[in-house]
Amino acid sequence: MKLTLKIWRQENATAKGSMQTYSLDGVSPDMSFLEMMDVLNEQLMEQGIDPVAFDHDCREGICGSCSMFINGEAHGPDRLVTTCQLHMRKFKDGDTIHIEPFRAKPFPVIKDLVVDRTAFDRIQHAGGFVSVNTSGNTQDANAIPIEKADADKAFDAATCIGCGACVATCKNASAMLFVSAKVSQYALLPQGQVEATDRVLNMVSQMDEEGFGNCTNTGACEVECPKGISLENIARMNREYLSANVKG
Amino acid sequence: MGVVLSSTILRKVAMALSGLFLMLFLLQHFAINITSVFSEAIFNQFSHFMGTNALVQFVLQPILIFGVIFHFVMGFVLDIQNRRARGTRYAVYKGNANASWVSRNMLISGGTVLAFLVLHFYDFWVPEMNYKYIEFLPEDPNRYYEELVHKFEDLTRVILYVVSFFFLALHLSHGFSSSFQSMGFNNKFTPVLKSIGKVYAVGIPAGFAFIAIFHFLNH
Repeated sequence: MKLTLKIWRQENATAKGSMQTYSLDGVSPDMSFLEMMDVLNEQLMEQGIDPVAFDHDCREGICGSCSMFINGEAHGPDRLVTTCQLHMRKFKDGDTIHIEPFRAKPFPVIKDLVVDRTAFDRIQHAGGFVSVNTSGNTQDANAIPIEKADADKAFDAATCIGCGACVATCKNASAMLFVSAKVSQYALLPQGQVEATDRVLNMVSQMDEEGFGNCTNTGACEVECPKGISLENIARMNREYLSANVKG
Repeated sequence: MGVVLSSTILRKVAMALSGLFLMLFLLQHFAINITSVFSEAIFNQFSHFMGTNALVQFVLQPILIFGVIFHFVMGFVLDIQNRRARGTRYAVYKGNANASWVSRNMLISGGTVLAFLVLHFYDFWVPEMNYKYIEFLPEDPNRYYEELVHKFEDLTRVILYVVSFFFLALHLSHGFSSSFQSMGFNNKFTPVLKSIGKVYAVGIPAGFAFIAIFHFLNH
């Protein structure tokens, strides 16, 4: 496959970036998207050009590191996959592919396609945890009976890998899907009840402080989420938030 | 008000509540207007009641006007905030790959409805306020039907109304179910609620369009 790649290049966080065009030949349809980027970078280095910086780690769809906005969609045109799981067979010989970083004010570009997603970490620190006494008398979590339906929903929410595709794809750069998944995974379990009120209030407050947009229920986040996190979680978070406000 | 504006979720809930209130009003407005198709007397009777009842005039009407202004101002405020949250815009953004045009363009459909409301207020509300509270003309319980029919003698107005009702239908088709999601309702009843929303979103604007066309053809 021969491809034309239009890639966002930006020297550093303060530099002005722009889309640059590169030609790449000999791309196998069996390559993953990141392997294609590796081949491009080898070619660029041979030409004495600075390689394209991009985030990656596990390359098996678990870590949530890869963060490219490909042809107008977070993680590209495939569904329920991260960029590292996207294969070049999804493209055709002669295609032009636009590759941009995830765009959001709270996700500033560090270099090229690498963005700073520590806003998500700060939201997690604000309440995305349960306080457990680890003095040696910790109760086995499996000893607490939990209804199967709730356990399944909590697990579904917990599969969120915090990649930021929801923010990148939402026309409002809203982080509601991510935050709602992190609220839901505890809201559905007995272990999460003790800190439930503070958790949702603090996490939403931190989300707002970071400058993410408002959810307008377009549902784009749910479609583009590589883990298929449901909008049901956003409704649950809204309920939790309203109830927490009433409780004070 | 400060509390409502302080959080993204409360802002959305406020939008949902004001939207649901406006949808309830729209249903009542339609229920009265559709009588004009069947009976001049019944329409005049309802209109006279609505136009002279103190509770409707001095309590519900100000609440309604506040609701309309709040919904529109909040809509624009949310849109400005959302644009700021994106920062640098994408070179390529395939919005139609994952969300409907209607859900992504509530500002366009809502803005069209706002422009329509200016015309609608100019057509009916301003003359009504002038009649009752500025010129203090003697109340005539039988004037309402004639006033309505007279307005829809003009083809341009009928076309503007019908086009606006189309955009109203688009706005409602997302707004109805969206308002329930914003308030935290997403469960086994959601598919039923969405179906009711579609019927409402098509039925009410189509009904209003029918009333306008009926009186144009019937005059």
